[in-house]
Amino acid sequence: MTSVMNRLSKSAMQIKLTFWRVVFLVIMAFGLYSTFIRYFRGLGAVSNMTDQFPWGLWIGFDCLCGVMLAAGGFCMVGAVYLFNVERLHAVVRPAVLTAFLGYVLFIVGLLFDLGRPWYIWHQLIYMNPHSVMFEVGMCVMTYTTVLFFEFLPIVFERLNWKTPIKLINKIYPVLIVLGILLSTLHQSSLGSLYLIMPSKLHPFWYSPALPFFFFGSAIAVGIAMTIFESTQSAKAFGRQLELPVLVTLGGALLVALWVNALLRFEDYFHRGLLRQIITPSYEAYFLWLELTLTFVIPITMLSFKKVRLSPQLLYLASISTVLGFITNRLNIALIGFETYVGHHYVPKWTEFSITLMIIAMGFALFGVAVKYLPIFGEEHPAPRVPTDEEIERALASPVLTHAGD
Amino acid sequence: MSKALLYDATMCIGCKQCESACAQQNKLPYDDKIAAEPVQSAHKYTVVLSKDDKFMRRLCMHCEKPACASVCPVGAFHKTSAGPVVYDVWKCIGCRYCMVACVFAQPKYEWQSLNPRVRKCIMCPDRIAVGEQTACAEICPTGATKFGDRDDLIAEAKDRIRQNPSNYYPYIYGLNEVGGTSVLILSSVKAETYGYPDAVKIGDTPMPEYTGRVMERIPDFIPVWTLALGGIYWVSHRRDEVAAAEAAEAQEKKNGSAK
Repeated sequence: MTSVMNRLSKSAMQIKLTFWRVVFLVIMAFGLYSTFIRYFRGLGAVSNMTDQFPWGLWIGFDCLCGVMLAAGGFCMVGAVYLFNVERLHAVVRPAVLTAFLGYVLFIVGLLFDLGRPWYIWHQLIYMNPHSVMFEVGMCVMTYTTVLFFEFLPIVFERLNWKTPIKLINKIYPVLIVLGILLSTLHQSSLGSLYLIMPSKLHPFWYSPALPFFFFGSAIAVGIAMTIFESTQSAKAFGRQLELPVLVTLGGALLVALWVNALLRFEDYFHRGLLRQIITPSYEAYFLWLELTLTFVIPITMLSFKKVRLSPQLLYLASISTVLGFITNRLNIALIGFETYVGHHYVPKWTEFSITLMIIAMGFALFGVAVKYLPIFGEEHPAPRVPTDEEIERALASPVLTHAGD
Repeated sequence: MSKALLYDATMCIGCKQCESACAQQNKLPYDDKIAAEPVQSAHKYTVVLSKDDKFMRRLCMHCEKPACASVCPVGAFHKTSAGPVVYDVWKCIGCRYCMVACVFAQPKYEWQSLNPRVRKCIMCPDRIAVGEQTACAEICPTGATKFGDRDDLIAEAKDRIRQNPSNYYPYIYGLNEVGGTSVLILSSVKAETYGYPDAVKIGDTPMPEYTGRVMERIPDFIPVWTLALGGIYWVSHRRDEVAAAEAAEAQEKKNGSAK
């Protein structure tokens, strides 16, 4: 370790990597300790879940948010292969990679949360087609397989295996349609999970339209996550995305946010909750936080052309969007039940550490994949900053005329 | 004919013999400490609560259309034709959706176990199968918990209210709640006073219908959406092909023709 540190401490970039490596090891150490507690002392010892709060942070964050954060995969595949938006081609691979890792880690998260994870395969033999959970399970299982096949050509390309790439290319249209169909189904059915709890979940978050909200937010977050991870990887791995890509995504994000905002407003309006949501209360504070992060900040920002043309500001708007929808799902999964239950649920540190471990694994695997596989394509080989000329050209491109659509 | 339990709180003397008989029947520990616990748990399927010298029993309501059975991804719960809602532990994967979905918050979990099970009153299905009453009904010294055919018990409950109106809050809790339950409650004050969910709030709609409305559309949605997606794919790629062909024909370089 010391020799590695010595070797790496030569440049600022490498010191940063070492720092993150240490953070990663610390997170993994705590995570492994918590894993031990989970499997050798039980769910009661590792978490603050109770009979009153049978679903905690792992369902709220690892599952509900995890699947949402992986939505970039189907959004970008849909945009590029279904709608033929060629200029987004560069972001498909990182988005598919994120989605694939996201789903694999979602399944890892499930193995922690399920009381009897060793029976997870029962899903395949004792099927209950009336159960939303069954639908989610089957879709996640098949979609992860689809993502695996969507991801495979990248590996084959690295290995220079021509024939299998050709084979997968033949079935690619099927994979694309199947992937989007499955995503539509299970993203929305994560919301349907809560339809059966009208008297338990707070009216701010219980709505018959939950499946639509979950699908809508998945699209918005899918776009925002693509902006986020593109910019983030540009920083971390010295890559650079072309401005028109970000501009297109920024415009699409604005549209997606407006649609989401209107749906939510319509819902509150029809259920006569408009007065209640502006009246201060415990739930209202969380709702305000959520609405500010999801809608007020990013919509205001993205309404300015200056923001849509600035990678840095787009990055901030996308972070706000992602944090907002994470708040939304945690509100649904946790805060929305507190009034019914009559007390608060605060996750135990071991719950947090397992969640953190899963996130850290995600970042690490993403880093490894980017290092060894052609994720970012050959068109952007070296780190570079857009020159003034390039920005000029980007401004003149037809993309920008649609930037606010 | 489906069996049911009628619990009449006005006849209950709070002796908690039902609690101990239930523990014995289900091979659960029972002592003074557990008797004093005012909540249900994985080791206490039923509880007798007291408030202002009045008593109220809580137990699984054995819904006619149970939410737990409809939400379970592996179908570990099902309503038997005899009335009880039973649990097949060997199927359970431990997702705890039943616990979140149950409007009466009845399924409890073995949080300390390394191979945890969901626990709740299963209405002694083995006893019912051989023509016996449930353990709690059999032991009840005053007849506050009575076992019988659901229809008979409903008629009897109505009768009791009619004959002694001053004694009862005129409502049979469980008659229509979430589509009807196999446990019926009579009491002198509203059952809600003792932690039963608000009858107005939970309504008469069977819980599975809330998700059923969405789930039943999925078989239609899949082919329609697949066709739509396939159609979009075809159109957007056909446009490319046509453009490419035209471009080739005109001996032009294919340039932005996808637009």
